Amino acid sequence: MANLPVLGEWPVLRQIAARDASGLDGTAESARTRALRPRTASADRVARSVCPYCAVGCGQLVYVKGERIVDIEGDPDSPVSQGCLCPKGAATFQLVTGTHREQHVLHRRPGGTRWEVLPLEQAMQMVAERVKRTRDETWQERVEEEGAEHQGDLVRRTLGIAHLGGATLDNEENYLLKKLYTALGIVQVENQARI
Amino acid sequence: MAECHPVAFRWVMEAKNRGATIIHVDPRFTRTSAVADLHVPIRPGSDIAFLGGIVRYILENDRWFRDYVVHYTNAATLIDERFRDTEDLEGFFSGFDARRNKYEWESWSYEGVQGVVPAAGHKEVYGEKGAGRHDLRAANVTERETDPTLQHPRCVFQLLKKHYARYTPELVEEVCGVPRALFLEVAETLCRNSGRERTGAFCYAVGWTQHTVGVQYIRTAAIVQLLLGNMGRPGGGIMALRGHASIQGSTDIPTLFDLLPGYLPMPHGVLPDRGLDQYVSNNASATGWWSEFRKYIVSLCKAWFGAAATAENDWLFDTLPRLTGNHSHMTTVAEMADGKVKGYFVMGENPTVGSMHGALHREGLRKLDWLVVRDFALTETAEFWRVAPEIDRGEVRTEDIATEVFFFPAAAHTEKDGSFTNTQRMLQWHHRAIEPPGDCRSELHFAYHLGKRLKALHAGSSEPRDRAIQALTWDYGEHGPTAEPDAERVLREVNGYTVADGEPVPGFAKLSDDGSTACGCWIYSGCYAGGVNQAARRKPQGEQHWVAPEWGWAWPMNRRILYNRASADPEGRPWSERKRYVWWDEAQHRWTGYDVPDFIVDRPPSYRPERGATGLASLGGDDPFLMQADGKGWIFAPAGILDGPFPTHYEPEESVIENPLYPQQCNPARMEWHRRENPYHRAYGDPRFPYVLTTYRLTEHHTAGGMSRWLSWLSELQPEMFCEVSPELAALKGLRNGGWATVTTARGEIECRVLVTRRMRPLRVRGRAVHTIGLPYHWSYVGRVRGDPANELIPFVADPNVSIQESKALTGDIRPGRHSFGRRSVTDGEALQEPRPTGEEAPRDLPGLHARFRHPPVEPRK
Amino acid sequence: MPGNPARDYQLTAAEAHALEARAGRQEDGPCQMGFFTDSTLCIGCKACEVACKQWNQLPDDGFRLTAMSYDNTGHLGASTWRHVAFVERETPLPGQGSPRDGVEAGAAAFGPLRPCGQPGTTSLLADQVSPSHVEVPVALGPTEQAMGKFSWLLLSDVCKHCERAGCLEACPTGAIVRTRFGSVYVQPDVCNGCGYCVSACPFGVVDRRQDDGRAWKCTFCYDRLEAGMVPACAKSCPTASIQFGPIDELRQRAAKRVEQLHARGVGQARLYGESAASQPGTAGLRAFFLLCDEPEAYNLPPDPVVPTKKIADSWWAMAAGIAGLGLAAVGAVLAGRRTA
Repeated sequence: MANLPVLGEWPVLRQIAARDASGLDGTAESARTRALRPRTASADRVARSVCPYCAVGCGQLVYVKGERIVDIEGDPDSPVSQGCLCPKGAATFQLVTGTHREQHVLHRRPGGTRWEVLPLEQAMQMVAERVKRTRDETWQERVEEEGAEHQGDLVRRTLGIAHLGGATLDNEENYLLKKLYTALGIVQVENQARI
Repeated sequence: MAECHPVAFRWVMEAKNRGATIIHVDPRFTRTSAVADLHVPIRPGSDIAFLGGIVRYILENDRWFRDYVVHYTNAATLIDERFRDTEDLEGFFSGFDARRNKYEWESWSYEGVQGVVPAAGHKEVYGEKGAGRHDLRAANVTERETDPTLQHPRCVFQLLKKHYARYTPELVEEVCGVPRALFLEVAETLCRNSGRERTGAFCYAVGWTQHTVGVQYIRTAAIVQLLLGNMGRPGGGIMALRGHASIQGSTDIPTLFDLLPGYLPMPHGVLPDRGLDQYVSNNASATGWWSEFRKYIVSLCKAWFGAAATAENDWLFDTLPRLTGNHSHMTTVAEMADGKVKGYFVMGENPTVGSMHGALHREGLRKLDWLVVRDFALTETAEFWRVAPEIDRGEVRTEDIATEVFFFPAAAHTEKDGSFTNTQRMLQWHHRAIEPPGDCRSELHFAYHLGKRLKALHAGSSEPRDRAIQALTWDYGEHGPTAEPDAERVLREVNGYTVADGEPVPGFAKLSDDGSTACGCWIYSGCYAGGVNQAARRKPQGEQHWVAPEWGWAWPMNRRILYNRASADPEGRPWSERKRYVWWDEAQHRWTGYDVPDFIVDRPPSYRPERGATGLASLGGDDPFLMQADGKGWIFAPAGILDGPFPTHYEPEESVIENPLYPQQCNPARMEWHRRENPYHRAYGDPRFPYVLTTYRLTEHHTAGGMSRWLSWLSELQPEMFCEVSPELAALKGLRNGGWATVTTARGEIECRVLVTRRMRPLRVRGRAVHTIGLPYHWSYVGRVRGDPANELIPFVADPNVSIQESKALTGDIRPGRHSFGRRSVTDGEALQEPRPTGEEAPRDLPGLHARFRHPPVEPRK
Repeated sequence: MPGNPARDYQLTAAEAHALEARAGRQEDGPCQMGFFTDSTLCIGCKACEVACKQWNQLPDDGFRLTAMSYDNTGHLGASTWRHVAFVERETPLPGQGSPRDGVEAGAAAFGPLRPCGQPGTTSLLADQVSPSHVEVPVALGPTEQAMGKFSWLLLSDVCKHCERAGCLEACPTGAIVRTRFGSVYVQPDVCNGCGYCVSACPFGVVDRRQDDGRAWKCTFCYDRLEAGMVPACAKSCPTASIQFGPIDELRQRAAKRVEQLHARGVGQARLYGESAASQPGTAGLRAFFLLCDEPEAYNLPPDPVVPTKKIADSWWAMAAGIAGLGLAAVGAVLAGRRTA
C-alpha cells in the first residue's frame, strides 16, 4: 500500500490488513496519532534546575525549544525527589511562562494614581540616586541622641533605608545584596526567615 | 508535612512502608494526619507542655540512653550555685532584669566557667552596654565541674528532672487537651523507637517557630532527642521543613540584620572605635570550633575590601555598620510607620500579605519616600497605594500617599544561574535555560548594577563614610545581551581563595587570619573546591550509595548529617550495625564512614584534652558537638538563649486560659509593640475573643501567594479564602458549610467562606471546651483569585531570640455572614475593641515581682 | 569546564529522554500498560491534577469553592483528567490517623465539662491571679465522641481505560482508538463532537469541551509513552499512590498490597476493577484502584456496565422480536385462512 498513500489512509484497508474486524484495535489511528511524540523529544536542550517553591529542593528538567520553555518536570536522577513534583512544582511552567508576568519597569510618582512605564536603565539610575540621597541625609556616624543607651557609640550606618526578601533568591544574589548594603551602612536587612 | 512538603513526605511514606510509626501532632487533622498512624490534636500554643511531658516520661521511666547522655551531652555538668529554676521563682529563672525585660545569664553559667560561647554565637548577650567582658571567660571550659554519676543536685540532669517534675501526663491533658492515654502512647512509641538499634526523628515547620516561645519549642525537642540519643545519627535528628527555595541559604548568607555571612554576628555599637580585637574576643571561644573565629572575619573583610584591607587598618573592619539593638523586620516596619525609614527594597516577598498585621505594614509603606518592589507580578505590596481596605473605605486617599514606587520585573529561576540551599543545607545549582523576557532581570543583575552605579556616584568622595563602598570588590564580569554578572564568580568568592594566586581554597580549614585568604562565607567554603562548582554536581542517585554525597554540596564540607560523630559510641564503634554511619578506623587511624565525618578526622576517640587546653585541642575524642565550646550537646543552655536555659511552658500572648503551671502568664522576655495600631486582647478569658485562631498553608498555594495566586492551575484547586471550624463551633455560632463568616480581632476583620469539618476538633482543656478556628493565609486583594488576608488579624509580638511573630496561636471571634466593613485598627481607631469588657484584666506579667528575682550584680572573676 | 563533575550540565533532548525512559523502565518496548492507583498511599496533594494540566496544557475548570472538603474540581471533565476525591467520613480507618479505642477511654475518663472561659481550678497553683469570667455555654458535642471514628479518604480518579470501552464502541467516526499500549485514546483531529461516547461511559469520564465541542479525556499520555516516558501524573506523584507499568505486573503488585494491608488490619482494603472477573460490566479496567470503602464512598459506580455490552443482547432480542412478529404474522395469516 506504500504506492497508494491516500488509500492507505482509509481505515477499512488497514482493518482488513490488520484483521481487525471490529475496528476497535487501533486501525482507525489517524496520521497525526501515528506521528505522536512528546513535545520534549524535539527540544533543543534541557537545562537542569531546582524547584523554586519550597526548601525541599526537588530537581527539575527545563526543556527549551526555539528559546522558549516547552516543558518543566521532575528530574528522575535527583536523590531528593526522584522525578516527583508537588502541585506547585508541577505548575512551575505556568509560573515562568504565564501572562501574569510583568515585563516592564513601572513607576508610580508620589501622589500618583497610576503606573507609568520607565526604561530599565533610567529606573536603575533613579534608584541609585535615591539610595545616595537618602543615605547622605540619614547617615549616622555616632549615636547622638541625648540619654540614649548607646550615646556616643560609633555606628557608621543609615537607618533610613531597609530591605526585605531573600528566601526566594539565590545565594549569590543574597551575597551581593548583603555585601552592598553593609558597605553602604544599611543594617535593616531582613528576609522571610524572620516569619 | 504532607500539606506543605509533599515530596519530602515521600520519604516518610517510604519509612512507614518499612515499618516506621508516624505520629502527627497538630491542632488540625490534615493530609499528614490522613496517612499517619496517630493524629494528636493539640491546643495551639501548648507544645512545650507536651514535649516537657515527654522529657519527664523519659526521665521518670528511665528510658534515656545512658551512654549517649553521659558522654555526649552536658547532663553531668554542674551549674552555678546561684541558678534558680522557674519552679523556685513562680515562672522566672534567676537573673531577670525587670527594667529591661531581659535576663542576665551569669547565674546560668557552668560552675566556675562564665560566658561559654554557644554554637549559635552570642547574639545580643554581648550587644549590651558594658558587655564584652572577656575576663568573665578567664576560666577554661575544660575546667568545668562534672558529676558523671549524674547525682549531684546541681548537675544539669538533676536540674532537668526538677524543672519538668510537674509536666505529668495529667498536666499535659490539662494544658494541651491531649488525653493522657494518647499522650502516653506518643511518649512510649518515641522511647520504643530510640536507642542503639532504632532512631526517631522530629520534623517541624513554622507551626513551631511562630510563637513567642518558638525557639524554646525546638529546644525542647532537642532535649528529647539528646536524652534518647537521636542526634547525629541516621534516621534521627530534628528537621526544620522550611518554606522557600533558599530560605536556608538566605540565613547562611544572610539577608538578616544581625548576621554577617556564616553566622558571624554583625558588629555592635558597644565596640570601641577600633573594634576588631574586641569583636573577636567577644565572639570567639577559647575552646571548640569557634576558637577559629578570627580567621573567618578577617577572610570576610579580605573578600569584601580586597587590597584595601590591610593588617594596619584592621582589614577595614571598622567601616562595617554597627547595631545598637534589634533592627528586625517588625521593628523596622514600626519605625517605618513612625516615619524614620525613608527607602525600602522588597524583593520576592509580599509582606502586606505574608507578614503579620498587613495594615500596619501598609501604614509603614505610606510613610516612605520611595519603595522598590521586585517580583513577577504586581503584588499587594507593590499596589498598596491603590488596592487596600482603608482606600476602599476612604480613610486613606491614593493622592495623599507621597511614596514613590518602583516596580522591577524579576527574572525566574529558569532565566538565571545560581544556587539554592535546601532545607537540608544542600546547595543545588540551577542553570539558566533561556534569557529573561522584556525588562525582567535577576536580583544578581539588579544588585550588581545598582552597586556599580553607587560606586560611580561615590567615586570622587573623600568622606570617611564612603570608604567602604569605594573599597568594595565588585568584579563579577558581565556577559550576554543583558550584561548579566557571572554567578559562578560570586560563588567562587563565597568559597574563598588565596589572595596571592586567586586559587579557590579547598575548605575553611585553609583560611587564615593574616590576610592571605579571602572568603565570603566560611561555612560555604569548599563549595567551589578545585575550581569546580560543587553545587552543580548531579551524579545520578542510582550511581552512588544511599547518602548520595555527589549530588549537590552540603555545608559544612559536604556533610549530610551534622555532628555525625555521635552516630558512633564513645570508643568510635557504630552504636549498632543497623545504624552504622561514621566510625573510627583504627587501622587507618582516622574517622570514616558513609558521610564526611563531622569531626577532626584523625582525632582518636581516646583523646582527652589537657585541663586548660585551648582551641581545637580542647575537643576530646568523645566530644561530637564540636561547635560547642565543650563539645557537648546542650540539654541546659548556659548562654545563647535569651529566655531561659530550659524551655518552660508559657501561654501565648493571647490565650483562652491562664497559665496552669506558673503565675507568670507569658514568656517574660517576649517582644511587644505597644502602639495604638497594635492592640492586644486580654491575656486570657477575653469575652470579646473567646476562640483560638491559628494560621497555616495549604498544599495548593505558596505562602503569601505571589507564586501561586496568579496561576490558574493552582488557583482553581483552592479558589477562595475560607476558615475551618468544627461542627460543634458551627452549631454554636450558626455557621453553615459553604456559607460566609466574619472573623475579627482587635486588629481587623475579615470575611471568608466556611468549611465545617470533623477535621477540626474542640478540645477539653482544664475542663472547658476550647474551639480553634483554622485560617489559611494565602489570599489577598489582587491576583487571579482573591480573598481577605488572614494576617490582617495578627498583632506584632515576637519571640525574643529570633524576633518571629506569633501567628499560630492567638484569640479572635467568629460570626456567621458577611459583616466585615474592612475596618483596621490602624485607620479606624478602636472600634474593633468595643465593647470593652468590664472587670479586672489579668496581667501577662507579674508586676513588682521581677525585682525580687533579680540577682545582685555579679563581680567579674579575676 | 574541563573536569567538571557537574555532569549533564545541559542535556540534549535525547539524553533527557534516555533518562526519563530509565525512570520509566520501558526499554523493552511497548507492552500492555496500566495505572494502579492506591488510595492508601494518597496524600491528596493534587500533584497529579496539575502535572496532567501542565503536560497536556489544559485550561482551568473555573474558580469555585465547592465546600466539599478540599475538592474544588468536583469531578473529571473535559479539562480535568485527574481528579482527587476527598471523602470525610465518620468511620475509622486502621493505620490512618485516628486515635485508638484506648485513647477514647482516656478522654472519657476526664470528668465533666464546664463552660468555655470559666475559671478552672487546679491544684498546681496555690496563688492564682484572678481571671475574668466569660460565659459561653457550650459542651463538647458529637466530635468528642467521634474521636477515633473519623477518617479522610483520598483518591486520585482518572479515566479507567476499560478493557471493554463504551466510548470506543460507541464512537461512530473512528475518533476513539485502542492504542498499542492498551489504552483508549480520543483522536482530536478525527472527533466531530457527536457526543455518543459521553453517554456510553459508565463512569461519566468523557466530556465535551464547551468551546470546541470535541470530546476530551485522559490520553494515558500516549505521546509520552511513544518515547518511553511515564505519564505525567504517575511521574509526579510523590508517594507512589499512582503507579504506572505493565498491567500484569501491576495486578500482581496490587494483590500483594491488599494482602499486606489486610495483615496490617486494614480489612476494608479491596481492589476495584482489577480484572474481568471482578468487574464483568467493563471486562476489567486498565486503570484500577485500591479502595478502603465501598466504591460509592468514592463516587464510583459499584457495578459499572458498558452500555454497548448490551448491544449483542439487544440485537438478539430484536431478532427474536422480529422472528416473533413474523411468526405471529404468519400465524395470523394462517389462522385467517383457516377462519376463511
